Amino acid sequence: MFLINCPFCGERDQNEFSSGGEAHIVRPKQPTELSDDQWAEFLFMRKNIKGVQFERWNHSHGCRKWFNVVRDTSNDKIHSVYKMGEKPPVK
Amino acid sequence: MKNKYSIFSLIKNAFSDHENWQQAWGDPEPKKEYDAVIVGGGGHGLATAYYLAKKHNLTNIAVVEKGWIGGGNTGRNTTIIRSNYLWDASAGLYDHALKIWENLSQELNYNVMFSQRGVMNLAHNLQDVRDLKRRTHANRLNGIDAVWLETDEVKKFCPIINTSQNIRYPVLGGTLQRRAGTARHDAVAWGYARGANEMGVDIIQNCEVKGIKRNGDKVEGLETTKGFIKTKKIGVVAAGHSSVIANMAGIKLPLESKPLQALVSEPVKPIIDTVVMSNAVHAYISQSDKGELVIGAGTDSYVSYSQRGSHNIVEDTLKAILELYPIFSRMKMLRQWGGIVDICPDASPIISKTNIKGLYFNCGWGTGGFKATPGSGDLFAHTIANDEPHKLNAAFNLNRFVSGDLVDEHGAAAVAH
Repeated sequence: MFLINCPFCGERDQNEFSSGGEAHIVRPKQPTELSDDQWAEFLFMRKNIKGVQFERWNHSHGCRKWFNVVRDTSNDKIHSVYKMGEKPPVK
Repeated sequence: MKNKYSIFSLIKNAFSDHENWQQAWGDPEPKKEYDAVIVGGGGHGLATAYYLAKKHNLTNIAVVEKGWIGGGNTGRNTTIIRSNYLWDASAGLYDHALKIWENLSQELNYNVMFSQRGVMNLAHNLQDVRDLKRRTHANRLNGIDAVWLETDEVKKFCPIINTSQNIRYPVLGGTLQRRAGTARHDAVAWGYARGANEMGVDIIQNCEVKGIKRNGDKVEGLETTKGFIKTKKIGVVAAGHSSVIANMAGIKLPLESKPLQALVSEPVKPIIDTVVMSNAVHAYISQSDKGELVIGAGTDSYVSYSQRGSHNIVEDTLKAILELYPIFSRMKMLRQWGGIVDICPDASPIISKTNIKGLYFNCGWGTGGFKATPGSGDLFAHTIANDEPHKLNAAFNLNRFVSGDLVDEHGAAAVAH
């Protein structure tokens, strides 16, 4: 359990948020041309990093907006928060 | 040769104050090369090594473990064993394990305290009733014992359940698998370790894998904290840390690692002689032989390797427990802990070869791996020894995420594994 600093609402309990998993997985531009392997990669394969990971979170019990979080999954410490579309910080 | 454990050896050793028991497994330094190395000294890894030696005559093998054996999820789970899964592939896999459980103590000459006290799954809404009835029929078609119980039968089987229809999630019935039950989790790891070690398997503790050496699409060995170990076959059984090992080998797995929590109460006199699971409210409970209530909670929604878990998850589970078992309202909880579970998108495990020759993964057991320990080890050993899956684990390959042939047990098999 930890606090997340929502870029729109400020610091709130993690309980108010929903995790959207790994960030920056780009949806294929031409889905009809994808092989099964490429689909599997997009849909299922995850880095599942132990350490600093870029993630999507949704303030589902608050402003309901999506944003990105940089979090260390080994100790749940949050390094930074940035809005959707913003350039991710270099870690 | 290990001395056989028996009532006579117990009496004999009592006369020497239990100071002359033979060491159950050794503590060797790793050799330079092995025929196969198992990464992960939990129940599944040790079982794999045991069956590799026993059934496939591979005895020049090692199990490397970063901590101590059985110190990860093997020692952190709620010890529930059952096989009432919906799909044919899962039923085959889990019932294979259950059949081995039934004779495991005799086979290992180690009391794993397997207790077939029954597992009951409760239904709390109309959809639960339909799903669980369907699962009962599917189980029976697959030769797995399962019965549907109406609310009054649930009450009769476990009298402390609150079956009032005026609670938020009333009990509308349930299923019962009588062959299901619990076992002593540590004993499973220790029994397999002792058995494997007797056949010549090296069990190397405090040995963390730091890298996997590849030569093109073949494995050549492992970098560990105790030096380089050369081997042509690596079987990874690292549970929550499977992705960490996969990243070392340069492959990706369809896994997310999340904390799963459990807690135990102070010990009390026998009050619940079965296992009761409830998916809709996500609470399950049993009582250990020491008298502690063993309560399983849910996973956190986010990826984490912190082995802690959030307080609100425990709180939700205890709310549900108190509504269903008002008698526990003044119980004190003694300990709470988290384990890191690797969850597959279809909530089924992976026991599979990979695109790299000699690299095998046994992972993705998510929240319910303990029950499968003997079967998982047996089938993974078969897969490693023959470089081909056994027919019981053929469906649980990595390629199913490409072909789309998923074994979707999310919700179908009683979510709380």
